[in-house]
Amino acid sequence: MKYKIFTILALFFILTAKSFALVSVDITRGNLDPLPTAISDFYLDSKLGDNIKKLQLESKIPELIQNNLSRSGLFFALEKKSFIQRPEPAHNKPRFEDWAFIKTQVLVTGKISLEKEGRLRVEFKLWDVVSATELSALAFYTTPDNWRRVSHMISDKIYERLTGEKGYFDSRIIFVSETGPKVDRKKRLAIMDQDGYGVKYLTLGNELVLTPRFSPASQHVTYMSYFKNLPRVYLLNIETGIQDLVGDFPGMTFAPRFSPDGKKIIMSFAQEGNSDIYTMDIKTRVVEKLTDNPSIDTSPSYSPDGSYIAFNSDRSGFQQIYTMKSDGTNVKRISFGEGLYGTPVWSPRGDLIAFTKLYRNKFYIGVMRSDGSGERLLTENYYQEAPSWAPNGRVLVFYRETPSDSSGRGGGAKLWSIDLTGYNERLIQTPTDASDPSWSGLLSGK
Amino acid sequence: MLFKSLNKVTLALVMTLFLGACATQQATTTTKGEDAYTGTETVKFLADGVPDRVFFSTNKSELTSAATTTLGKQATYLKANPTLNVVLEGHADERGTREYNLALGERRATAAKNYLISNGVAANRIKVISYGKEKPANPASNVLAWSQNRRTVTVKTN
Repeated sequence: MKYKIFTILALFFILTAKSFALVSVDITRGNLDPLPTAISDFYLDSKLGDNIKKLQLESKIPELIQNNLSRSGLFFALEKKSFIQRPEPAHNKPRFEDWAFIKTQVLVTGKISLEKEGRLRVEFKLWDVVSATELSALAFYTTPDNWRRVSHMISDKIYERLTGEKGYFDSRIIFVSETGPKVDRKKRLAIMDQDGYGVKYLTLGNELVLTPRFSPASQHVTYMSYFKNLPRVYLLNIETGIQDLVGDFPGMTFAPRFSPDGKKIIMSFAQEGNSDIYTMDIKTRVVEKLTDNPSIDTSPSYSPDGSYIAFNSDRSGFQQIYTMKSDGTNVKRISFGEGLYGTPVWSPRGDLIAFTKLYRNKFYIGVMRSDGSGERLLTENYYQEAPSWAPNGRVLVFYRETPSDSSGRGGGAKLWSIDLTGYNERLIQTPTDASDPSWSGLLSGK
Repeated sequence: MLFKSLNKVTLALVMTLFLGACATQQATTTTKGEDAYTGTETVKFLADGVPDRVFFSTNKSELTSAATTTLGKQATYLKANPTLNVVLEGHADERGTREYNLALGERRATAAKNYLISNGVAANRIKVISYGKEKPANPASNVLAWSQNRRTVTVKTN
C-alpha cells in the first residue's frame, strides 16, 4: 500500500523534473498505473425521513467522489457490483479480505445521518486495504442541497491523504460562454464547479466580454467588457452582481489579473499604439505604471508571493515572455526557444510559469521554470491558449479551438484540462462553446 | 543596434519559412515576408473610389504602400467632408493569443490614424477601437481569411 502510493509520487516527480528538448512534445496519453480504489455506497441512518431518502445521497455522494478521483487520472475506481460487503458493515468494520479479494488497495466508506434543524452529518472513512488500517475519518455538517460541495471536500481529503498534495476539487472555473456564428459571436461570463456542473451565467450577452479572472482572496472577478463599446477592465462581485469600472483610463484597458493578496489589479493600457502594464489599488484607486516601452507589453501575471511579475512583450521584435520585479525593475527575457510565446501564468506553487507557444503554425501549452529553463511542452494542437492553474498547481485548464471550414462553419472552442505531467488530457463538458477559463482557489480555504 | 537588425533578419526568415507552406494567390508573399491581403473581397466603400479598410502582414502594424494609397483617399474624402467623424477599428487574425491581439489591433488602428492626421485630418475627428480577433470579416480558418481579417476598418460615426 505505502509502496504503491510512493510509486505514484515518484513517477509524478520524475515526470515533473524531466526536461525535454524544445518542441519534442510529450503528448503520450498513457496511464500512470492508477491506484485501484473502491468507493462503497454510503449508508443512511434509519432515522432519516423520506424527503432525504429520495435524494439518494447514499449513492450520489460516492459517485461524485469517484468521478473526481477518476478524472484526476491517479485513481482507478472499481465497479460497485463487484463489492462483496454491504455499506453499513463496511463503514463500521470492513472485512479487509473481501476488499483485497476484488484487488482494491483503498476503500472509501461513509454514513449519512440527521443533525438538528434538517442538517445532515456526512461522515467518511478512508481505509488502507493492504495493511488493514484506517487512514482517515472526517465528518461534515451541511444542508441536503449542499451535498455536491461536501462530496468535493471529501474528494480533496482523500486526494490529500493519498498523494501528499493539496486537492483541487472544491473549486470553480469562470469562463466565457460562446454562442452564435463566428462573425457575430455572443459571449457571456459563466461560472461552474470544476467538474463542469452547475453552470450559471453572470452577464446577459449584450456586450462582448473577455478574459475573466478570479480574485484569490474574495468573491470578485476581474474581466474585460465592451460595455457602451468602450473596451475596459471591470471588477465584478459575483455574490452581489455589482460591477465597477477599474480606473479612469482614456483608452482600452485589458488583460487584467489580481495580485495574490487580491488588493490590486494588474492590466494593460493601450494608448497611441503602445500597450504598457499598470496596476490599480482597488481600495485607494492609486494607479502605477510598471513598464514604459514602445512595444506591446501585456498578459501580466504575479508570482504567488507578489514579488515578481511575468508578462508578454514584443520588444525583441516578436512575442516573448519576460519577468520583472513587482516595482517594474529588473526586466529579464526568459523565453528563448524557437517560435512565439504568450500568456505567461505563474503557478500557485511558485516554481513554474505556464505559457502558450506558437511554433510552425501549431499551438502548444507548456511550462518553464521562472528563469526560463526546463521548458516542457504538454500538448500540441491546431489552436489552444490561455492556461490557468488548478489551486494545487498540478493541473492546467485552457481552451482549444477547432478550425472552421471555408464557409466559416464548424469551428468552435472548448475547455480542456491536462496534468502538469502532460498526461491525462480531458475535455470539460460545457453546455455551450467555452473559452478563457480561470480556475478559482480552494473554496474552503487553506 | 546590431542585435535589433539581427532580430529583423531572424523574423524575416521565420516569416518566410512560415509562409512557404501556405501561400495563396491573394495573400502576396514577398521576400520580406509580407503577407498583407491585396484583393478586393470584403472591402466596402466610404464613398465612390474610397475603400473603407487597409490590410496588414502577420503580426505587423506597418502600413503597406497599398494601405497608404487607401488612407490617402480617405484623408482627401474626410477633408472634403469636414463634419464627418470616424472610428478606426483595428483587427487581428485568429492565429494569435487573445490579449496580444487586442494590443495589436490597437497598434494597427493607431498606425492608420496617424497617417490620416499626417495627411491633414484633425485628430479630434478620429477615434480608435481594437477588437483583436473578436470580429473576423471572413470566418473561415485559412490563410486567405486570416489575411482579410488583419485589417483596420474606417467607420463613419455620424
